[in-house]
Amino acid sequence: MRTGSWNDRNAYWLFPSAAVFVILLMMVFPLIYTIYNSFTDWSLTSGYGASWIGFRNYIEIFTNDERFWGSVWRTFYFTVLAMIFEVVLGVLIAVLFDAKDFRGKRVVRSIFLMAMMATPVAIAMVWMLIFEPTAGILNYMIRATGMQSILDAVGIGKILWITDGATVIPSLVLVDIWEWTPLISLIVIAGLATLSREPYESAMVDGANSFQIFFRITLPMIAPTIGVAALLRLVDCLKTFDIIYTMTMGGPGYSSETLNIYTYQTSFQYFNFGYASALLVVFFALVLGVSLIVTYLRRGLEN
Amino acid sequence: MSTAPLPQQERSSRTGRKLMSALYYFTIIVCMFFFLLPLLWMLLNALKTPLQIVQLPPKLIFEPTLDNFRNVFNQQNFIRYIWNSLVIAAGSTILGLVLGLPAAFSIARYKQKKLAVFILISRMVPGITFLLPLFIMFRTFSMVDTYTSLILAHLLVGLPFIVWVMVPFFESIPNDLIEAARVDGCSIFVTFIRIILPISLPGVVTGGILSFIFSWNNFMFSVVLASNRTKTVPVAIFNFISYAQIDWGGLMAAAVVITLPVLVITILTQKYVIRGLTAGAVKG
Repeated sequence: MRTGSWNDRNAYWLFPSAAVFVILLMMVFPLIYTIYNSFTDWSLTSGYGASWIGFRNYIEIFTNDERFWGSVWRTFYFTVLAMIFEVVLGVLIAVLFDAKDFRGKRVVRSIFLMAMMATPVAIAMVWMLIFEPTAGILNYMIRATGMQSILDAVGIGKILWITDGATVIPSLVLVDIWEWTPLISLIVIAGLATLSREPYESAMVDGANSFQIFFRITLPMIAPTIGVAALLRLVDCLKTFDIIYTMTMGGPGYSSETLNIYTYQTSFQYFNFGYASALLVVFFALVLGVSLIVTYLRRGLEN
Repeated sequence: MSTAPLPQQERSSRTGRKLMSALYYFTIIVCMFFFLLPLLWMLLNALKTPLQIVQLPPKLIFEPTLDNFRNVFNQQNFIRYIWNSLVIAAGSTILGLVLGLPAAFSIARYKQKKLAVFILISRMVPGITFLLPLFIMFRTFSMVDTYTSLILAHLLVGLPFIVWVMVPFFESIPNDLIEAARVDGCSIFVTFIRIILPISLPGVVTGGILSFIFSWNNFMFSVVLASNRTKTVPVAIFNFISYAQIDWGGLMAAAVVITLPVLVITILTQKYVIRGLTAGAVKG
């Protein structure tokens, strides 16, 4: 037996070494570099070199940057709104899908997958056409069903969707719901498939109705799965970029500027590398913090 | 309820059940419609003339035209952009597999929890955290707008995903199998290539497909790092709308061209895609 060969003894670090090298080069080093930059006033447009300014960027962000706080608020507004709908709808659709065996389940599943795998930029373009205030199908349907006269009567008037500051985030949330509810559904469907049938049989014997069965048996049993699905979604939801940037670029004004968009603009529109780096560190900490808190809470609930 | 139901009650409950069943399928169809409609809308409008697109009520039956597709392929360097997308997605996926498979195997076999957590964190944190420093780095080495920089950047999308999908897969391989191969005199490396990888093929396919699609779909890394030479299709489509007058037909045609390959791959490999997306979320 050659178990004692050099290769075998060192396999534990040889195997991951290439990946670790790339991770160090592409993730760890950039991160350290960003932290370093966040203490400088480096800007491509200023014409000066970068100089060390200590915590001044961070102080500016937390005490004096209204645009930052606005974007934090919008990030949470977007995320909370999207998450509520996606989790509730996702679970309902999954339970519905799982309730009966019918022909064409494969087709239904394909349609779920199509929404979330389709290229987000392409999706954004279609929704822009759908939202188009005059030629778009959405406002046409509102007019055709007579709902426009109700809206006019209560003083709302024509809905401008993504071109109006008041409706832009709910409109973007609608796109996000369309795109990502299927993810929750698919994970929950997979979770439902692993449930044991036993509690259901005894509930049937006891004469429980479907609502009781759903709330007392199904929901508690798939709660952990829903938790994981929601966590996965939450982490990505906080970072939503493609649809927001391609549809509104954070506008109109700043009314759909989330933290990701604001950081992007500071980096690649204004080239304020120092300040942007500080924003990145804050954003990084925020996403990681929220993820860890949610993971921790979930563990606590499970035990 | 121990007493047997009366015939009449049974009949009414049967109609009730039929009604429920009808309601059930109706709800399913409505849901499907909601998820399908935007995609159908994209295709439908890609086949319309500019005038038909803004026509209300929208025409559902019309003579389809391929003009929009012709325009997209003629006016822009569209074929070039598709090629760029393909090279970058394939390159980052192959590199991701070469790096990610051994790493995932090592995490699974040697229980390298720290490495696993680290890769997981890289999946959680915002991509833009890496994008700015990478942009600065690539700029310093004049590597912006090269395939190398884009493939490396897209690796950040694919690699964590491949590891995430593969670790549970490798963990499920019985240790006996590995030991048996070792007894036959295979080194661990030979065992990995000759035995582990072939039986893990479904996992490799899953990770590979998803890494490819996520790279193909990626917008943020490409819009920053790609310019004229390496521009990918999502960036090209985004550039279309910077014109004063939006050419909706061309836009929809371009959207169809980029989405269609993804949807075809997704449907053909549905089982794998679902397994990959739900990996780690569901035990067993």
